[in-house]
Amino acid sequence: MSKSSQDGAKCEISLSVNGRLVTVRVHAMERLLDVLRHELGLTGTKEGCGEGECGSCSVLLNGILVNSCLIPVLQANGANIVTIEGLSTDGRLRVLQQAFLDCGGAQCGICTPGMILAALHLLKEKPQPTLEEIREGLAGNLCRCTGYMQIFEAVVEAGRRGATT
Amino acid sequence: MKNTRIVGTSVPRLEGRDKVTGQARYVDDMVLPGMLYGATVRSRIPRGEIKKFTFGPGIDWKEFVIVSPKDIPGKNCIALIEDDQPCLADGTVNHPEEPLLLLAHPDRYLLPKAVEAVSVEYDPLPAIFSMEESEGLSQIIWGTNNTFKSYLIEKGDVDALWKNADYIVEGEYTTGAQEQLYIENNGMIAAFDVQQGLTVWGSLQCPYYIHKALMKLCDLPADRVRVVQMETGGAFGGKEEYPSMIAAHAALLAMKSGKPVKIIYDRMEDMTATTKRHPSRTRHRTAVSKDGRILGGEIEFTIDGGAYETLSPVVLSRGALHAGGSYYWPSVRIRAKAVATNAPPHGAFRGFGAPQSLFALERHMDRIAQAVGLSPVEIRRPNFLKPGQTTTTGQTVREEIDLGRLLDRALELSDYHAKKKKFAEENQQGGSKKGIGIAAFLHGAGFTGSGERYLGSVVGVEACADGSVRVLVSSTEFGQGTKTVLCQIAAEALGLRYEDVGIAQPDTQEVPNSGPTVASRTVMVVGKLVQSAALGIRQTLRARGLLEDSYSPEEFCAACRAYVAEHGKFRSIARYEQPDDVVWDEEKYRGSAYAAFAWAVYVAEVKVDLTTYSVSVDDFVALQEVGKVLHPVLAKGQIIGGVAQAIGFALYEKVIWEQGRMQNGQMTNYIMPTSADLPSIRVYFEELGNVHGAFGAKGIGELPMDGPAPAIVNAVEDALEVPFDSIPLLPEDIFDALAERMDQ
Amino acid sequence: MRAHPAEYELVAPRTLPSVLSLLAQEPGVWLPIAGGTDVMVQYCAGELPTRKLVSIWNLPELRRMEVFTDEIQIGAGCTYTDLREQEVVSREFTLLSSAARWTGGIANQNRGTIGGNIVNASPAADSLAALLVYEAELLLVSVRGERRVPYTSFHIDYRKTQLAPDELIRAVCLKKRFSEYYAHARKVGARNAQAISKVCLAALGRLADGVVGDIRLAMGSVAPIPLRLTETERIVKGKRIDPLLVRLARTTAAAEVRPIDDIRSTARYRAAVAGNLVAEFLQQLTAAGMKT
Repeated sequence: MSKSSQDGAKCEISLSVNGRLVTVRVHAMERLLDVLRHELGLTGTKEGCGEGECGSCSVLLNGILVNSCLIPVLQANGANIVTIEGLSTDGRLRVLQQAFLDCGGAQCGICTPGMILAALHLLKEKPQPTLEEIREGLAGNLCRCTGYMQIFEAVVEAGRRGATT
Repeated sequence: MKNTRIVGTSVPRLEGRDKVTGQARYVDDMVLPGMLYGATVRSRIPRGEIKKFTFGPGIDWKEFVIVSPKDIPGKNCIALIEDDQPCLADGTVNHPEEPLLLLAHPDRYLLPKAVEAVSVEYDPLPAIFSMEESEGLSQIIWGTNNTFKSYLIEKGDVDALWKNADYIVEGEYTTGAQEQLYIENNGMIAAFDVQQGLTVWGSLQCPYYIHKALMKLCDLPADRVRVVQMETGGAFGGKEEYPSMIAAHAALLAMKSGKPVKIIYDRMEDMTATTKRHPSRTRHRTAVSKDGRILGGEIEFTIDGGAYETLSPVVLSRGALHAGGSYYWPSVRIRAKAVATNAPPHGAFRGFGAPQSLFALERHMDRIAQAVGLSPVEIRRPNFLKPGQTTTTGQTVREEIDLGRLLDRALELSDYHAKKKKFAEENQQGGSKKGIGIAAFLHGAGFTGSGERYLGSVVGVEACADGSVRVLVSSTEFGQGTKTVLCQIAAEALGLRYEDVGIAQPDTQEVPNSGPTVASRTVMVVGKLVQSAALGIRQTLRARGLLEDSYSPEEFCAACRAYVAEHGKFRSIARYEQPDDVVWDEEKYRGSAYAAFAWAVYVAEVKVDLTTYSVSVDDFVALQEVGKVLHPVLAKGQIIGGVAQAIGFALYEKVIWEQGRMQNGQMTNYIMPTSADLPSIRVYFEELGNVHGAFGAKGIGELPMDGPAPAIVNAVEDALEVPFDSIPLLPEDIFDALAERMDQ
Repeated sequence: MRAHPAEYELVAPRTLPSVLSLLAQEPGVWLPIAGGTDVMVQYCAGELPTRKLVSIWNLPELRRMEVFTDEIQIGAGCTYTDLREQEVVSREFTLLSSAARWTGGIANQNRGTIGGNIVNASPAADSLAALLVYEAELLLVSVRGERRVPYTSFHIDYRKTQLAPDELIRAVCLKKRFSEYYAHARKVGARNAQAISKVCLAALGRLADGVVGDIRLAMGSVAPIPLRLTETERIVKGKRIDPLLVRLARTTAAAEVRPIDDIRSTARYRAAVAGNLVAEFLQQLTAAGMKT
């Protein structure tokens, strides 16, 4: 007998996602990543490894960078989540996003949402990071296409242009 | 060369905005109404006969769609060069993770459990796992002698060399499997409708490869199979041929269930079940004169193809054709073969055989240098190919390439001589050891020999109702900049603005077959066809009196609008024609193997930490001649990305095999470099032009994969004075070698 | 994702006493999950045997740092980022802040907790060697009360600890008596970041009148549990550091560790590197000593 719809075991989770309050009815152990992608249709956050290694699933949870593939949604109850979709809600690109475009920071784009959030998180702490600080700040986000250099250039450039906006 | 306005500048990436805002749609981002999820039951043994399937308890099997080989409407194969690879194993298993059955269900969470619940009874057969075992023929697992393909390249008179040689230098070099590790796993969605036929959407490089495979598998005509590429999160060759398999699986489930089916692999399945770079073994035996000239030699190049043929003959070909590198061989015999083992088939990965044979050659050049008593620089210089000389296949170098000067420039950029001297002194003092190493190499762009003629690529450029122009190619974007550069080319050719040109998403219903997106051919070959097709639009508009000889972009757009309003959409087609000066003899394997070669010299500076035996690359110079740089930011990005992957190939990425199955199929245990592991990679370009490429461009996508590994290992030898002939070179290997040397 | 969320139960009581009650009611049934950086990896791989989990993430009683005159108490729920941000840790217990810095990437440091690292008890865990040399004590708490145990005896065998089925670690206690020591930590992984350690060393040393006054060496990934190199410490203590002693320490350490061959590395490599790390430490200790 399949246990595919144990509705009784679901719970109500309320959270703010990109400034909007949402309530979902899900199993407590659903990954935050899957809730974002499937329940809320926010597919900008990606799954690359399912083990917290690649950082493609990075989001900001209460302003803190986390890997959403490792967070049971119950632990995000009441939290403020920012995903890549939350960065340019008015259609305008943030300074950091524009810098990625100008410097070649995105090639295939799959690591890009997580990478941008990680960079944003870094720039909040260190508005003009050194190369070493960028290396460390982005070490949890794997990119297979760029070899990282143009991503670093984008972050440096964003810092130069005043990217905490 | 004429001045260009758009080509040669770093215009914005066409689809870049979507990528930085999270709007880009990859296959797993798409959901269709009523969609089921699919999964694959796979073999746990490397070889044997399937006796029985048991569908275990705890699962309501009635809720599942189950596909077995008998559900295949057409031929049970993934059509490629041969039809030997089954879509689903039919009675016999030849490698671990071989697909056996397919399952689908609406609840994606249920599938892993269901897959686990299918048990399979086998009669195991003895399996083989190495090239040596395969050659030994104790088990015949493929064909009559385990050999998928062999080539023989001969030039001059090799047998006469040995008695006159002042030195005979031998060496054996091996490279391991490497996982492409695109960050987006393989995925496909299929839907079948009795009227419309079959449609698949997915992460892929070659829509028409899949189209051809599905026609045969599903017994459908061309116009009832449609393949659509979605945004693809990295590929590197790993999505050249493999997607036909996953598309076939999704298609079969969709046809049986009548519902759309999505199959997305997780990381472990992708790593363990899909293709990897072919492991290789190269043996060199070289006759060298007293003054360090290569008189000639024998090269034996062998690659491990895994259990089925797939693309091994083509990987073998490229590897064999690059085995002599950028040197002049008066005489050579290259014996190349691809052999079968009971591992999942190996496949395309950036470089496609050349990184393997060039690793061997460039390591061997340093070995020759030592034998002869010359430096790595001075052994290479006199042996470089010069204009007018011929390659190993007898292709005449027609361009004015001066490899000695390229070498000198690379040495200057890397401060090679000063550093080599300084390191030699500092290494005496204990602590870590530093070294510097070079690799000089080339990469042939486009399909080999008669390959491009056989492909017969077709490109379209369309005039649209709104006055814009649209490029129609099956060439796919997966990060390298296909869309951007092809639109640049069309805009440049027509004197338009970059914004006036669009490009269709590759959809076999919509675009012609411009060939696969492989072999570093897209900018060079397909780009040149885009150029021609674009000019065809202009020709037609002029012929209709809608356009003057000189015009502004606005006037061009107005002319398009007028034309389309009157005559409907207009599509200009260009077809590939083999240039007269690229002549190839497929029988004798002689002639012009490639329409163009890009040339390079790379220099790697390394530090070996003697506490941990780990190697760090502290500086890297990548200098290459590429015809013309069409987009500086993208071109630089290709080189840096390729060098990074090759650093992984050299120092980090080891596939751990047990009984033909990859044991470290997780990102935690398959080690690719992070941002903290890579140096600043310094990239420099030279441009000699290329008559066979759009605006003089040569292909560059794979070039950067060929040089870093030997440059790094040469540098490690420089640092430690211990040779290493096998990659990946891990700290454990360095420790073992140093410990052994101490024991002696 | 190889687990079915519907088959798991996760509860998140608001207070520590409610968590402890639950653990007491059904000992061994509820698996505590804090930041999830270990548990969720197992879960996603379909390899989590427990079906019931209790969240202890962000419980205020567990995620605080208390500074006393003679010791600090780090709540077990403190994340690696918390550790990095605490000045008292970077000032007095640098080995622990080093370990926090080299654990995973920033996202995993923001979630992984020191308590989780201890209880997960991987021999490769990043912070455990530091706790050994600091001779940490653990405050273990249950409905039955609180007890203080020396960390040195907490690990019994591979992934087996002294923790009772109804217990949690409440805090890690570190005595403030190491500011005079020279501290050195080094992790050897397959790459510079985001790597599971192949060998790691946490070391403290103090020179007195040119001889080794005290020395503490602990290593991870070289035995089923984090290991204090007591034999190597013994042969070094009280001696003057010279090339002969360094060589002896190197070989003793290489012989004292008990590493294995596994998917990440080889036993002989680990043993050799262990010896090298100790030798490197002694050389650095000498150099530091000469500066004062």
